Amino acid sequence: MSAHGSTPQKTPRWIPILAWVIAILVFFPIFWMALTSFKTETEAISTPPSLFFTPTMENYNDVFDRSNYARFVWNSIAVSFGSTLLALAFAIPAAYAMAFFPTKRTPSTLLWMLSTKMMPPVGVLIPMYLLFKTLGLLDTVTGLLIIYTLINLPIVVWMLYTYFKDVPGEILEAGRVDGATPMQELFLLLLPLAVPGIASTGLLSVILSWNEAFWSLNLTSSQGAPLTAFIASFSSPQGLFWAKLSAASLMAIAPILVVGWMSQRQLVSGLTFGAVK
Amino acid sequence: MAEVVLRNIKKSFGPVDIIKGVDIDINDKEFVVFVGPSGCGKSTLLRMIAGLESITDGELSIDGKRVNDLSPADRGIAMVFQTYALYPHMTVRDNMGFSLKLAKVPKAEIDRKVNEAARILKLDPLMDRKPKALSGGQRQRVAIGRAIVRNPKVFLFDEPLSNLDAALRVQMRIEIARMHSDFDATMIYVTHDQVEAMTMANKIVVLQGGIVEQVGSPLELYHHPRNRFVAGFIGSPTMNFLDVAVKGVAPEGITIELPGGDSLTVPVVAGATKAGDKLTLGVRPEHLQEGSGDGKLTGTALVVERLGGATYAYVKLDNGTMITAEVDGNSHIKVDDQIQLGVRSETCHLFAADGLALAQSARHPLADVGRGNPGAH
Amino acid sequence: MTTLAPASSAAVAAKNNRQVDTRPLLWPSVIVLFLWMIVPLAMTLYFSVIRYNLLNPALTGFAGLENYTFLLDDPTLWTSLWNTLVLVGSVLVITVVLGTLFAVLYNQEFPGRNVARLLVIAPFFVMPTVSALVWKNMMMHPVYGLIASLQSMVGLQPTDWFTDYPMFSVIVIVAWQWVPFAFLILLTAIQSLDSEQKEAARIDGAGPFAMFFYITLPHLSRAISVVIMIETIFLLTIFAEIYVTTSGGPGTATTNLAWLIYSVGLLQFDVGYASAGGIIAVILANIVAFFLVRTVSRNLQQG
Repeated sequence: MSAHGSTPQKTPRWIPILAWVIAILVFFPIFWMALTSFKTETEAISTPPSLFFTPTMENYNDVFDRSNYARFVWNSIAVSFGSTLLALAFAIPAAYAMAFFPTKRTPSTLLWMLSTKMMPPVGVLIPMYLLFKTLGLLDTVTGLLIIYTLINLPIVVWMLYTYFKDVPGEILEAGRVDGATPMQELFLLLLPLAVPGIASTGLLSVILSWNEAFWSLNLTSSQGAPLTAFIASFSSPQGLFWAKLSAASLMAIAPILVVGWMSQRQLVSGLTFGAVK
Repeated sequence: MAEVVLRNIKKSFGPVDIIKGVDIDINDKEFVVFVGPSGCGKSTLLRMIAGLESITDGELSIDGKRVNDLSPADRGIAMVFQTYALYPHMTVRDNMGFSLKLAKVPKAEIDRKVNEAARILKLDPLMDRKPKALSGGQRQRVAIGRAIVRNPKVFLFDEPLSNLDAALRVQMRIEIARMHSDFDATMIYVTHDQVEAMTMANKIVVLQGGIVEQVGSPLELYHHPRNRFVAGFIGSPTMNFLDVAVKGVAPEGITIELPGGDSLTVPVVAGATKAGDKLTLGVRPEHLQEGSGDGKLTGTALVVERLGGATYAYVKLDNGTMITAEVDGNSHIKVDDQIQLGVRSETCHLFAADGLALAQSARHPLADVGRGNPGAH
Repeated sequence: MTTLAPASSAAVAAKNNRQVDTRPLLWPSVIVLFLWMIVPLAMTLYFSVIRYNLLNPALTGFAGLENYTFLLDDPTLWTSLWNTLVLVGSVLVITVVLGTLFAVLYNQEFPGRNVARLLVIAPFFVMPTVSALVWKNMMMHPVYGLIASLQSMVGLQPTDWFTDYPMFSVIVIVAWQWVPFAFLILLTAIQSLDSEQKEAARIDGAGPFAMFFYITLPHLSRAISVVIMIETIFLLTIFAEIYVTTSGGPGTATTNLAWLIYSVGLLQFDVGYASAGGIIAVILANIVAFFLVRTVSRNLQQG
């Protein structure tokens, strides 16, 4: 196996075969889940597994009818988009200040922000639980939204900082010569220029919040629970509703899967804090 | 009227001094070029005039007013950046009108000024395009248009042509020069390209290591370089330098011994120089001819480059020194040929051990002629 | 972070000398993050040195290091630390090895390469509770699972994965989620390998294996270290996968540090004891974080 990506050398025949076999194997659990979501519950647990069946939309209807599915979807949307918008509101001014008005302290501020991300959630689980209990934030969307804002803020600041640094300084200088105030520079020049960067930062934050399953499992149960916690409720042994579980799961992961596929390139630099681009 | 006066201007980044006390007087409507090798501080100096860099020490005034602490927008300047720095998310029209919009100028007046600038620069058909959809030359024009719209007292150019290809560069050079005569504005232009400097400037400022080496008209720098650095920097191929010994000093000049034994009397003011002193002889490649002149140098041609109109011969003199000669394009010289080069005494420069040039007895007749006199058009 | 050094240092200084008060811009973020960092941690630290059990309100007072000594004497702690180590170590090895091999493989030209890449990346975007349940119910279930069906088809006794090989099963699930992460990062890194460098190596006579070991692998070394450190931070506190599959069992077979703290604190409500565990987790994570921050800061300086 060699790395002659773009060279004219001919790729050996077995490479595409191996690559496709692996790809299908890795993806198979997701594919199988998707398949199961269109089966009846009986077909879903038949042995040997049924490959040929009449697809049904029944599970999707059931999920919506029976389990307040819409509420969990709404909670997921609210916490992930809400926390992302909030994090951006905090992070855009901070990243702007550090990227364009750096001081001697800027590198250490950035690293310190990153280091708050290293705090293992389990280390502060107990106090957060008690704090939320006292403040009446347990099992609320608001509580989860606050937590997600805080855990995503360092990544959002970092990614924005990286994108802002890539905006050519001369454009902002031209703005200064043209008489723009720092705020006008930010809103009339920098933000319009950084729209792609802000969008991919927001996407990463949405993806991470959507899939977050430590705080959601520990701090919510029903009213404020997002999809991650709802899906986990299927793990109880009584609930052998695999087809419905699959339908609910597929709907829960599909939007994020699509978003993730579209923005994989930007995710890399965000996930590695700019260390790999 | 917009004179720009720099008095003892200094710039330090922490402990590092970038600009070490610079005095320059720029007259109204003058076209001044800052030139020097990279890292000489020319761009920093321009950015200090623009207000994009703070001034550590010294005084900068524009149009008789101290501007050290004014913001860039309040200095009456406009700047054309090396990368053009167009706002990529705005149309050409919005790019050009941005400064006026920020200054809350009425829309009708913005339109009038922008259209006027567009007409001058022939940008009319491009006004609703984004910068992405423009060629390099067109972007350059928009950047200039954006500067014109501000109606500045001083135009600042930071290596504006370095991102263009050779043909376009020549064309834009001519346009900027024409613009200078049309606009009656003071222009300060930074470049590392001495051809741009020579062709565009009324006055050239040669910088090195944060210090002004010489200020003067293009031909003054060429014919009367103040020191070895300026002599070597201006002119291409670069001037040849030979170590020589002084044989005698007379009112009409200094007589030196050329490598190979010939004597040559160079018409310079001797000053404190006396027989036996060591000096450096500077002679430009284009002032060496095959054959004999007032003195001769002999050596072997190691490399011969034929450009058609001229031929560059890289010659190893008999004493081992390498020199370059620009000989006739039709010369039959070949590699390994023995070659004799003639030197004319009035084209020679002499430099003392401290690098300073000995003043020439006669001033070159064109030394004070620039590209058109300032203000006259 | 890719501007030329002299230009950027000049630009930095230029921006510095504008008299702009950046505190209103920067401080909101700094303050909330500071509170987020310090308040819960201080509370954990405080709880860890008092007697505090939600089920037994009578039990109060300063405990000193009591919680810690109990904890350190508790064999479950050592089991959970060992389990954490096994889980993190195995997943790291699997993800880095497979991630590297996949990155090399999917960097080759072949028909449908982009689609195949998307398929391999997909598991990373699946929420942990879904991945765990899909594996638990549909793949590894001893009766209805696909693997059991395949085993029956060839006449083998189906394996009860979560009972007989609980840790292995958890590792499989977690690795399935994180191999795509390693792959995604390393593929990006491998694409930045200069093609002229590879061509030069080929002209110098490097075969596929020499190319991999002398050119590709050294080029990937920094990306690999980043992958290892970031994964470690997340893997140290794997929780959801255990929550929906084994609940730490059978016995304590899959109890890692995160699960131990959760079960002591929120199932047995011994806040003091759990907080002492939390402090241990913080210390462990900080050791890793130290190396990560150092790598990133080196990167920041290189610019």
